[in-house]
Amino acid sequence: MAANDSFRPASPGSTAKPRAAGRGRSAVSEADDPSSLVVRFGPDKPLRLDSGVQLPELQIAYQTYGELNADRSNAILVCHALTGDQHVASLSPVTGKPGWWSDMVGSGKPIDTDRYFVICSNVVGGCLGTTGPASTNPTTDRVYGLDLPVITVRDMVRAQAMLIDHLGIDQLFCVAGGSLGGMQVLQWAVSYPERVFSAVPIATGARHSSQNIAFHEVGRQAIMADPDWRGGRYFDYGVSPRKGLAVARMAAHITYLSDEALHRKFGRNLQDRDTPTFGFDADFQIESYLRHQGVAFVERFDANSYLYMTRAMDYFDVAAQHGGRLANAFLGTKTRFCVVSFTSDWLFPTSENKAVVRALNAAGASVSFVEIETDRGHDAFLLDEPEMFATIRGFLSSAGEARGLR
Amino acid sequence: MNAHAISVAPTTNRVDLLAISALVTPGSRVLDIGCGDGQLLKLLEATRNVDGRGIEISQKGVNECVARGLSVVQGDADSDLIDYPDDGFDFVILSQTLQATYHPREVVEQMLRIGRKVIVSFPNFGNWRVRAALGFRGRMPVTKDLPYSWYDTPNIHFCTIRDFVGLCDDVGATVEKSFVLRRGGETSLPIRALRFWNLFGQQAVFLLRR
Repeated sequence: MAANDSFRPASPGSTAKPRAAGRGRSAVSEADDPSSLVVRFGPDKPLRLDSGVQLPELQIAYQTYGELNADRSNAILVCHALTGDQHVASLSPVTGKPGWWSDMVGSGKPIDTDRYFVICSNVVGGCLGTTGPASTNPTTDRVYGLDLPVITVRDMVRAQAMLIDHLGIDQLFCVAGGSLGGMQVLQWAVSYPERVFSAVPIATGARHSSQNIAFHEVGRQAIMADPDWRGGRYFDYGVSPRKGLAVARMAAHITYLSDEALHRKFGRNLQDRDTPTFGFDADFQIESYLRHQGVAFVERFDANSYLYMTRAMDYFDVAAQHGGRLANAFLGTKTRFCVVSFTSDWLFPTSENKAVVRALNAAGASVSFVEIETDRGHDAFLLDEPEMFATIRGFLSSAGEARGLR
Repeated sequence: MNAHAISVAPTTNRVDLLAISALVTPGSRVLDIGCGDGQLLKLLEATRNVDGRGIEISQKGVNECVARGLSVVQGDADSDLIDYPDDGFDFVILSQTLQATYHPREVVEQMLRIGRKVIVSFPNFGNWRVRAALGFRGRMPVTKDLPYSWYDTPNIHFCTIRDFVGLCDDVGATVEKSFVLRRGGETSLPIRALRFWNLFGQQAVFLLRR
């Protein structure tokens, strides 16, 4: 390729034009026809899944920001969490809200789109345009629903590698993400060590704990107990398990916060009333807040996708992929790691993050680790946390020097 | 075994750090335990071209290090060294931290396991000023090198230079070099007359191997 600063897709024919994000697109229409870049892979490049099945056709919806440099060495892949999407730093086409990590990614931000070419794709099993249970199954021409094979984090990463190949990038300068996104970061470093120059796993772990699986199971049971779930084929009946999905979200949302933060924000304050009603209305502000979170969530997320995404996290266990010893997963790695945890995160507590750090040390890897003091719980990674920003900015700039980025 | 002339570029004026860096072979792999804000690691990267790693217990110190581009993990010398592989480093350094550990002997043993060479620097509790404070004034010493009161000091395991030599014997470590930093700090002198320096040395630096 001629010396050219700007990015050109490797095969432009298969890349659809991005549609301007317009507010109010439904999650259903985004599943097949997303408001972002799209690449489609046919049966000549099937996605091999951990379950043993192959996906003969795969669609990946993604966004890019900034420009790929001439030697294609400044690409950062951002991996999204459980209910995130590819719109990391641009308006969501469904909610019209700013991108989920727009504090972190953008011009002059720690992941600086003036310096780096940032890629974020919707994961396989998601519902914003990458093949998932809400997508149309090309072999039946009906919505997949539960006919989609179960997806693992390694499957998600395998699909992302196909996208990175498609973009003509050999080595990513960095792979970064929190929670499920952090799991993908770790999987990238394990599956494709030579393709990851640096890695920033945040608020994550090398496996999903028993307690976390338990919370996910509560969420899934809430969805499946909703009569409108209809065995996973609700779309055939023009309904949706809204109540079940909202309850799942409410339960999960508690795990993203902390007792201190809830007390700070809501305490035992009553909602628009001076005394309890002696009924089961949302008397307390925290109840009202959670109900709002649940109701808002069902507008933007597919219930079956929630089942698939939570399952992928449950199955994640890097050590199990490597004879039960986590350090073996990282032997010989040249990737530079920067692990970040938060003091009040009880979903992925510091101990889980530190287990990764320990294994990296044991493998002789280059690793930095910072525990950020905050009361905002697991969600802190999505929020304005200056210490986290300073850490990641410093880490990326020194990694950039080592990589020869200007 | 001569006095270590300090000739490294002065990116720091802390004489103990300059003296330690003079012991480190250029291009080696270094683990700095209790690396603080990364001053020594930065000095070693700049003047010795080392592949450096650090452990630091305070979040503030770790954040400063990472923001300066150093590979540093938040951790504790007493509990976290066990995670490092045998012979993982050419040099393992413990600068002014030994006296703050719960288990100094285990820490030194772990260091000897992890590193081919070990550098330890510590304040000499046998110094005459310390002895005078306790012996004549009957008070726990508060000196320039040991500025804490007894109730708020992080230093819980003081030793004298002779005590440390005893520890080296106990764990089977060979002392390759040892010297004291002179007050004022222009030069360092090798420890030949042990009893003399045990009384007059303020800070000691030891280079050990298994």
